[in-house]
Amino acid sequence: MSGLNTWINKRFPLDKMMKEHVTEYYASKNLNIWYAFGVLALVLFVNQIVTGIFLTMNYKPSAAEAFASVEYIMRDVEWGWLIRYMHSTGASLFFVVIYLHMFRAMMYGSYKAPRELVWIVGMVIYLVLMAEAFFGYLLPWGQMSYWGANVITELFGAIPVIGSDIVELVRGDFVISDVTLNRFFAFHVIALPLVLALLVVVHILALHEVGSNNPDGIEIKENKDANGNPVDGITFSPYFTSKDAVITIGFLIIFAAIIFFAPTFGGLFLEPANFEPANNLKTPEHIAPVWYFTPFYAILRAVPSKGLGALLMGLAILVLFFLPWLDKAQVKSVKYRGYYYKGALALFVISFVVLGYLGLQTPTPVGTLMSRIFSVIYFAFFLLMPIYTKLDKNKPVPERVTFEH
Amino acid sequence: MSDDKVDTGRRHFLSVATTVTGVIGAAAAATPFILSLKPSARTQALGAPVEADISKLEVGARMIVEWRGKPVWIIRRSPEMLKALPAMDKYLRDPGSEESDQPSYAQNADRAINSEFLVLIGVCTHLGCSPEFRPVPEAELSGGGFLCACHGSKFDLSGRVYKGVPAPKNLPVPAYRFIGPNNILIGDDTGASA
Amino acid sequence: MLKISKLRLISLFCLMLAVPSMAFAAGGSAYMLKAKNDLNNTESLQRGAKYYVNYCASCHSAKYVRYSRVGADLEISDDELVNNLMFNASKPFETMQASMSTDDALRWFGAPAPDLSLISRSRNPDWLYTYLKSFYKDSSRPLGSNNILLPGASMPNVFWEIQGEQTPIFHNVEVSGTDENGNEIMRTVEEFSHFATVTEGSLEPKEFDLVVRDIVNFLDYIGEPVKVKRKKMGVWVILYLLILFGFAYFLKKEIWKDVH
Repeated sequence: MSGLNTWINKRFPLDKMMKEHVTEYYASKNLNIWYAFGVLALVLFVNQIVTGIFLTMNYKPSAAEAFASVEYIMRDVEWGWLIRYMHSTGASLFFVVIYLHMFRAMMYGSYKAPRELVWIVGMVIYLVLMAEAFFGYLLPWGQMSYWGANVITELFGAIPVIGSDIVELVRGDFVISDVTLNRFFAFHVIALPLVLALLVVVHILALHEVGSNNPDGIEIKENKDANGNPVDGITFSPYFTSKDAVITIGFLIIFAAIIFFAPTFGGLFLEPANFEPANNLKTPEHIAPVWYFTPFYAILRAVPSKGLGALLMGLAILVLFFLPWLDKAQVKSVKYRGYYYKGALALFVISFVVLGYLGLQTPTPVGTLMSRIFSVIYFAFFLLMPIYTKLDKNKPVPERVTFEH
Repeated sequence: MSDDKVDTGRRHFLSVATTVTGVIGAAAAATPFILSLKPSARTQALGAPVEADISKLEVGARMIVEWRGKPVWIIRRSPEMLKALPAMDKYLRDPGSEESDQPSYAQNADRAINSEFLVLIGVCTHLGCSPEFRPVPEAELSGGGFLCACHGSKFDLSGRVYKGVPAPKNLPVPAYRFIGPNNILIGDDTGASA
Repeated sequence: MLKISKLRLISLFCLMLAVPSMAFAAGGSAYMLKAKNDLNNTESLQRGAKYYVNYCASCHSAKYVRYSRVGADLEISDDELVNNLMFNASKPFETMQASMSTDDALRWFGAPAPDLSLISRSRNPDWLYTYLKSFYKDSSRPLGSNNILLPGASMPNVFWEIQGEQTPIFHNVEVSGTDENGNEIMRTVEEFSHFATVTEGSLEPKEFDLVVRDIVNFLDYIGEPVKVKRKKMGVWVILYLLILFGFAYFLKKEIWKDVH
């Protein structure tokens, strides 16, 4: 066994990589449950890939057969229903986990120097994930799939002059059709998963280069012992592997509960209208994107202009990229920040959740007014950040991380 | 601090318990994925028994019906063809069909319920090609039979394999039964007997 | 601090769970009956299958549903399947097709009768129960009947013999709204109140409700045949995960004793 080990390590840096990323990767000992969402995202990524491969074996990417092939999976393929629910539930939970992962970064200032690139790569992952989810959502070829894809592709029409040409280029047809389905399938099962896998590796490498942040926002590498290891650090394995295992199993309990007891999640994860085959002549009475897009959809709808609405929706996502430079505070963690940032972050979370809720509803005058108010709060959080983070009365940051046994 | 002492026995037990339980769970979770590869309900429905009408099958001729996507041959053998069969035994690897696949009612000299009608799955037991039908006697196939073009395996007019060819067994006989004087049901033999 | 962040996380999860209920409490009309169907009641499902074949299958297909699956799940023997249910099929593994062709449907009803395989998922059992009970006599309609829940439905009342005929009673209500200029205005609208019997059916109203409930139960079943099994299985999966969680939790505590 050790002979094989030596043979491999002469040719491939297996031991070196294990040391660098697992057995001798030092992270602050006070990482809390918020730091597990990265691992959970990875678990879900693997879940989506594996269940996706098995779904692809029985799914037919054609307008004539797609809907029936999904029902074939649900009824005729042994255990097909489980694999499909794992995939559809996994997709929604992926966004739950990613949003909480991003919120963690905002809470503890994980995007701040020296982790700007970790944040930016993460944001690219988020963008690609949205595209991946959007392409995947067309595949069941239900009414919601069809009209959702119709509305979102129509957004490109907001681009001046070349807009309508781009819409046709994306669809490959004058409407969403068999052609569109076929190419979305290619993007969903091959192109974007490859990109995602690559980006996940880059994200983790960038993180391990600078080291994980912690709830105190203290750089543990600045305080090392005689062996050159961080005093407040513990190795990833066995400490965080054992801790992440517990959290992952806890997460799997929630995951299983949804799959087995509420796979449609009250119409949020699988919408009722999507159990009706796509009909290009009849729009369902109420259409809304899947819940994870609705905060941005609410911003789009709040603006009474197609071009401006689409622009603001795009900016709402893009502005996140600039967080590392918008935040002027000297401290990272919310623990040591003043009331301005704490209040702003709370308002931001409220506006995101309320916008998400409003995006699911049929538009009403009151709803539109609320969407406008909360859109303003959403953007104010970012645009005023350089001011309020500078004015904020932050607390002194201790030398060592806080850790209670 | 007493409960902070490392208890190696406890630690070992918990590691083993977690690992074993986890591995059992992983195996259980893998099962649905493997079982999903089995033929589905639709495939099984498509693989249901098929009926063949043999009223128009001429003496000495063959008809092909599809069952589970495979060619099933029905050959109406003439008395001359049947008479030539026993003489073939010395050239054959498994003349008594001891090692070959067929229902018990077809493990007889003519490999058939009614010796006039031979029912075979037309797939070579070597590597799955479908052999050619050669009803007329020719060199090296003196009683007529089947020749597999892929790798040269030869079978007589009961689908029995020759010696010295790559195919290991006789051509298989599917489950079948007569449901009328002119109708054969392939894939279902409830109530059939030799 | 750790405690607080855990609490926050829990409240966030609760918020997420609350969203769907809010989303669907808001929409929805006032008039909706409760189906109260029970998928665990095999006898109800067996009756439902029979009623389905009698009342629905002449016009509607359920093209993703195989008779053999229905037989296996609802404990109906092959003989019973062939004699009582399979009027539109010759082999048990075939799917449930309609007797009527799509062309005939277009000619007679002006619209193709929708496939019912997934109707309980695109609608829901309560809606179906209410819909099937809400047909009423309306001579202005081509087939002489209309529906309160789905006005202008092209489907006729297939239950008229057993249900009898009914007519809706309306009452006026005042509702507030805004006009195009955003001014508050009051409008008077007719709102459905209840049905009055016109002619008696061959069944007592309570017996008729049971027939509809059985049909809805069957439709709920074919919408997702695995539903009952899925929930039973879920209990075992979660029990297993709880055990694994227990082991992993104590292992983690043991390992973390090293950390000071």
